[in-house]
Amino acid sequence: MKVQLRYFASIREAVGTGSESLDTQAGTLAALRAELVARGGAYADALAPGKSVRVALNQTMSDESAALSEGAEVGFFPPVTGG
Amino acid sequence: MTARVSIQTEDFDLSTEVARLRETDKGVGAICSFIGTVRDRNDGLSVSTLELEHYPGMTEKSIEAMIDEAHQRFNILGARVIHRVGLLQPLDQIVLVAVTSAHRGQSFQACEFLMDYLKTQAPFWKKEQTPAGARWVDARVSDDAALARWGIKASNG
Repeated sequence: MKVQLRYFASIREAVGTGSESLDTQAGTLAALRAELVARGGAYADALAPGKSVRVALNQTMSDESAALSEGAEVGFFPPVTGG
Repeated sequence: MTARVSIQTEDFDLSTEVARLRETDKGVGAICSFIGTVRDRNDGLSVSTLELEHYPGMTEKSIEAMIDEAHQRFNILGARVIHRVGLLQPLDQIVLVAVTSAHRGQSFQACEFLMDYLKTQAPFWKKEQTPAGARWVDARVSDDAALARWGIKASNG
């Protein structure tokens, strides 16, 4: 299925892009993150397991166990620091 | 009716916003507001500029949801949130939260609730310029603790 990925702040800088389209078989957000880590390089560093990464599914903060579906928008970013 | 949430690069004016919030509601007896501003130092280093990034779309959606939640929890009459993005300098205003209610208790509480919520759940990120170079601001565990007081688990740290 096709999904749209968005990266923000330090993660955006590390992977060198703010967005990309991806064709994936990942069933959950956790599986998607693992797929990106498997690319190695900056993705492996920025999204490494144990690193504090927050994930939004269709613009809502989500648990990584959430299921992916066709056309989903997934955002990866560090802990938020607004206010 | 004015928008409840604005994400903007421009500055804002407290008096104007409060006037708009209360002008149509004669039931308002209390207004509580909070403004966050840029400091010239953080974690031991001086800060010359602060750059704010956000997640367009999600930011507005998440703050709208926070205001809905504030209306559920507190007996408030109106709320307004403005958050600036882009490049800011020390002394600049960053964020405004203003709440109206019939009596003071509810607006004091809802204003603090909205700020605690926003600090840990709204997708904004600060990058500061210091003499040691640019650095992304770290999330504070104390902000998660502040939200926990309202019975909400933040897990932002």
